[in-house]
Amino acid sequence: MIDAARRFNKNECMPEPAIEIESLTKDYPTGFLHLKTKRSLENLSMRIEEGESFGFLGPNGAGKSTTIKLLMGIIFPTSGSAKILGRPIADVEMHKDIGYLPEQPYFYDYLTAAELLDYFARFYGMKTAERKERVAKMLKKVGLETAGKIQLRKYSKGMLQRVGLAQAILHDPRVVILDEPMSGLDPIGRHEVRDIISELKRAGKTVLFSTHILSDAEMLCDKVGVIVGGKLQGVGRPDEIVGMKAHETEIVFDADANEARSAAVRAKASKSGSRYAMRVPEENVFAAIEELRAAGAKLAAVTPIKPTLEEYFLHLVEKDRAQAAAIEVSGK
Amino acid sequence: MTRIAAVSWNTFREAVRDRVLYNLVFFALLLIATAILVGQISIGIETIVLVSLGLSAISVIGLLIAVFTGVGLVSKEIEKRTLYALLSKPLRRWEFLVGKFGGLVLTLTVNTGAMAVGLLLALLYVKHSLGSGDATAFVAVYFILLKLAIVVALALLFSCFTSQLLAILFTSGLYIAGLFISEMRNLDASRVGPAARHFFTGISYLLPNFQNFDVMAAAAHAKPLPGILIVHNTLYALLYCTVVLSAASMVFGRKNLK
Repeated sequence: MIDAARRFNKNECMPEPAIEIESLTKDYPTGFLHLKTKRSLENLSMRIEEGESFGFLGPNGAGKSTTIKLLMGIIFPTSGSAKILGRPIADVEMHKDIGYLPEQPYFYDYLTAAELLDYFARFYGMKTAERKERVAKMLKKVGLETAGKIQLRKYSKGMLQRVGLAQAILHDPRVVILDEPMSGLDPIGRHEVRDIISELKRAGKTVLFSTHILSDAEMLCDKVGVIVGGKLQGVGRPDEIVGMKAHETEIVFDADANEARSAAVRAKASKSGSRYAMRVPEENVFAAIEELRAAGAKLAAVTPIKPTLEEYFLHLVEKDRAQAAAIEVSGK
Repeated sequence: MTRIAAVSWNTFREAVRDRVLYNLVFFALLLIATAILVGQISIGIETIVLVSLGLSAISVIGLLIAVFTGVGLVSKEIEKRTLYALLSKPLRRWEFLVGKFGGLVLTLTVNTGAMAVGLLLALLYVKHSLGSGDATAFVAVYFILLKLAIVVALALLFSCFTSQLLAILFTSGLYIAGLFISEMRNLDASRVGPAARHFFTGISYLLPNFQNFDVMAAAAHAKPLPGILIVHNTLYALLYCTVVLSAASMVFGRKNLK
């Protein structure tokens, strides 16, 4: 249950964001004497509203896990600040309202899943009976009720991921931060995790999860943020994000294969069944239609092609690599 | 306090499920049993041999556990990334450190206690009855435990900012240096020079003074110890552990976990 009163900032009567990041930068020292630094995250600012499901997208090494570790106090920022539920990230008490699943989680392998959850539940001040009830409920929720008494060293990667998810939501947190929650799961496991995230969303929880599986983000997120090379490239609804790139339009037409005057346009198109299809940049659509009309072709369909999130994502990665290569060349 | 107790309990549970510790305790009990045999061929000094060998076994096994397990308390959690999920709970870093320290001291208490019971049984076997002077052997066991607590705190401190291997070397080095405190304070100025003498005297007050905890000779000869020594050593160990753990908390509190 969300405490409505806590959702509003007293001064501004504006809903207070669940997560607010301002100019967060993280440099790692490199080299034997740690004299050089490598920037892992640059000037990241973003805002996630309470109750929102936010997907953090980026390739490996883009800065997703760095951001999440900064939020969880596992590493410390070089500059910038962040707040969760209105409280600075350095405030450990705020963790009572946060659940976190680390990337590729590894837990004490000498414990059973039930013992691990019971151990973690102690940090939230739960009494014995409450702990027992919550642990059983969580194990059931992640499909491990029959494996609860097996030591974690005998668990598969997918099972560990489920235990990780169970410990993240054990205390019914308001904000759930999941680092690559689908990683290592088979299709059924991924489906179950998606169900759990959807359930959290329905319960009004704020969910931030990082992923490079774009279909998951498109399916689950109200908003996505794309990060490449430590820089945030854009934040918005999945359809808004892809809308930032120039569209292409697919034009489908009929033309007589034996007619000489349509040969030029037919050469530009691909044949699909009895029809021809060609893709043109958005700014050339009218010119292309005019050309088709002049060639005696008959228009069948004009469809704007929106790139998928995946295409947008790949485009950004390529752009970042090209920029990095250009910097390297100019440096030489 | 509940959080520290939870971490301590889990550290203890890990040690209990680690069979290496059982092997070490078994080895120590075997040494005590051997001491009975050695004592039987040492006519007239059976008790002295038994107590000396028994206390040495307890001390050496305890030191092995304190140093080797102590340096892994934090670094193993970082390496295996078990700490990530733990630090996402409402748990301060210093609470984690104190909890880990408490857990290993609890483990050492149980292990040392088991070995002390072995020594007691061996003494009963050799002497058939115990006198008041024999209590000194168990005060010596208590002092060994205090010494081990300081070693654990040092191992924890070093493991917060260096590799496990270096932490073992630093901890062992400080332990050995701590056995020669009076020698450092009584250096002959005419041979080493006044500056070196002042330096070593100053350093000797910073290093842990493990000589104060060594009452093996008195225990072997069943000589009673002054009560004030027990109070003094207890307070010294408490203070030293507090200072070292505070330093460890400061270092660990700023550490970026990769």
